[in-house]
Amino acid sequence: MAKFIKTGGKSVKSLNTSSLPDIVFMILFFFMAVTTMRETDVMVTVRIPEATEGKVLEKKSLASFVYIGEPLEAFQGLYGTEPKIQLNDTFKELADIQDFIAQEREQLNEADKTKMLVVLKIDRDTRMGVVTDVKQALRRASALKIMYANTNVDKITHIY
Amino acid sequence: MADIAFLLLIFFLAATTMDSDTGLMRQLPAIPDPNVPQDVNKINDRNILEVKVNKDNLLLVEGQLTEFSQLREIAHDFILNANDEPNKPEKEVVNIPFLGNVAVSKAVISLQNDIGTKYGVYIAVQNELIAARSKLRDNLARQEFGMPYDRLDEDRKGAVDDFFKVPISEAEPKRIGGDK
Repeated sequence: MAKFIKTGGKSVKSLNTSSLPDIVFMILFFFMAVTTMRETDVMVTVRIPEATEGKVLEKKSLASFVYIGEPLEAFQGLYGTEPKIQLNDTFKELADIQDFIAQEREQLNEADKTKMLVVLKIDRDTRMGVVTDVKQALRRASALKIMYANTNVDKITHIY
Repeated sequence: MADIAFLLLIFFLAATTMDSDTGLMRQLPAIPDPNVPQDVNKINDRNILEVKVNKDNLLLVEGQLTEFSQLREIAHDFILNANDEPNKPEKEVVNIPFLGNVAVSKAVISLQNDIGTKYGVYIAVQNELIAARSKLRDNLARQEFGMPYDRLDEDRKGAVDDFFKVPISEAEPKRIGGDK
């Protein structure tokens, strides 16, 4: 029973931290694996509508994003409060969509070009006029696979 | 060492996002080629479920003002046409792999919206229509293959899709008063 008898100084040994880098690296690699880089700063208010049937976007690399909504307050002085289209990091007009699609398609490799997907992130209060125009522009650019972004819920409780 | 790792960790926390995107997948129709003669075969009226949403976000189904909550059920009953009613879609016997010769409903859903319709309402309507179709597909999958639709392999999914094709078509947008 001698080992339970405390002998000598009473100082508490400091915690062994030699494995701390390993742990932190582990967390780091976890984050590197599960997250994706923030690509665009959204400059419009996008409150995405609710739906129950949404499917998860599996290959983000194949997706191009189109944002439509009211410009954020900081941009309203310049762009007003009418819904605007945002492609990449700038506000664009309807006529620019075709170029944008061509450019996005160029970045995909040959095998993926047919699988290109356009994700429409549109504010729920936007009027369909703008949305229909964008859809027509996408058809003209032959980007026919689209996805209406929504948040998945079990039941739609409120219709806007 | 740990300091460097922490630094990298904090950088990744700040520069990345974790949210996964979900959404309703749709396929847009290609722009019709003006040189190719259009298919003028009109779809029989009884096969079309006409859904219209106006600028005040009111729903008109087959000419009847309808509550939004009823849409899913109406679409479900319309596609299925369990009692072979004359005002609901015709059925056509086709041979589908795994299912054999089956009577398939020729239903088509036509969705029309106004320029002033809110996007949120449009998505909600699309969602209900897709939900009605998915429910029917899921029921069929359970009945025929004994498992939910999501767990079927690609070939069987294709067979179920062929049984309940039900295209959701959107009318070519009309704009009165010329181009903007």
